Amino acid sequence: MSEKEIKNLEEIFDQKIARDEKIEPKDWMPEKYRQTHIRQMSQHAHSEIVGMLPEGNWISRAPSLRRKVALLAKVQDEAGHGLYLYSATETLGVSREELYEQLHSGKAKYSSIFNYPTVTWADIGAIGWLVDGAAIINQVPLCNTSFGPYARAMVRVCKEESFHQRQGYEIMLTLSKGTKAQKEMAQDALNRWWWPSLMMFGPTDDKSTHTAQSMKWKLKRKTNDELRQQFIDQTVPQAEILGLSIPDKDLKWNEERKSYDFGEINWDEFWQVVKGHGPCNRERLQTRVNAWENGAWVRDAAMAYAEKNAERKIKKAV
Amino acid sequence: MSDKKEQKKNWPLWEVFVRSKNGLEHRHFGSLHAADAAMALENARDVYTRRNEGVSIWVVESKHITASNPEHNGELFEPANDKVYRHPTFYDLPDEVKHM
Repeated sequence: MSEKEIKNLEEIFDQKIARDEKIEPKDWMPEKYRQTHIRQMSQHAHSEIVGMLPEGNWISRAPSLRRKVALLAKVQDEAGHGLYLYSATETLGVSREELYEQLHSGKAKYSSIFNYPTVTWADIGAIGWLVDGAAIINQVPLCNTSFGPYARAMVRVCKEESFHQRQGYEIMLTLSKGTKAQKEMAQDALNRWWWPSLMMFGPTDDKSTHTAQSMKWKLKRKTNDELRQQFIDQTVPQAEILGLSIPDKDLKWNEERKSYDFGEINWDEFWQVVKGHGPCNRERLQTRVNAWENGAWVRDAAMAYAEKNAERKIKKAV
Repeated sequence: MSDKKEQKKNWPLWEVFVRSKNGLEHRHFGSLHAADAAMALENARDVYTRRNEGVSIWVVESKHITASNPEHNGELFEPANDKVYRHPTFYDLPDEVKHM
């Protein structure tokens, strides 16, 4: 195709998105659109899969059967979300094996939040409330994104996500109404998860390189800073109901903006964790790689069994 | 990274169709990997119907689906465009005629 023809196709493509028409896998798309979507969707899938690990840590030690079944169901949902997203990514012509390879080799990223440890039961509450809360704010706009399979997967994910946040908040509520030690445990979890949760919205707008293009493709409908502000404004009153305090001495209601002003985020920490130097980066990746490698014989055995059965069927027919 | 043993063969891809309730058609829900049809059904149950989303599941190996090419949509669907006589509004009837 000549440069002029491609430019023409790109114009038609951009107009389609501007009219809110969806792009489906076999439609023509600019190579950059394909690559950006493979990157973002697979990172999203990886985050769901790695996101199971910090919570899985507490399944066997959940304080009651009610908490245990809820946590199991939540972790199973995350596996499901990862699978919806992987299969949506595969429609762009990349194989599941390639995607896993990118994760396992460290080439692909996942959300940095999962590189923090879950040291107490209250962390499970804080993750549901804050981490899933932040994820919902990031994800809801994606239900209308331009790439059809991504948008459809996100509709399903968002439907299931609200149970996650409510179960987390309920854990925090129970702890903060409990003994002094339980309330302290809840406050400690909030102290540790608050700032990393704010970092989940990514760098500030002036530092974010992808925003303009992502806005055009409807991979983003609001900027990082707008989403972060939305999260803070809706979460602060929830902390007040719990009787817990947000660990930010600069947090203050701004009557003029009708929003909360907040303190400086430690971006050095953010970049350290992104670059692989967070508290659990190595452990998370190693756990994931081990699960894949140790499961290889099961996958091979299942395949061998399926092939043997298929052969038997043919022989019978003959 | 540790040296990996090359996996013999990857599980094939399956497309999943779910009937959400009787009276409705099966609708495409997504895809998944499984070694055979029986496993594809079980995986589809776990991945796509954790909250009673369906009463019936179909799975079909993706390689068996033949899809039209959107780049040929012109030739493929164009014949329908100029056949306005297939639509009821093509026919001129006086206003007095009711129930038609």
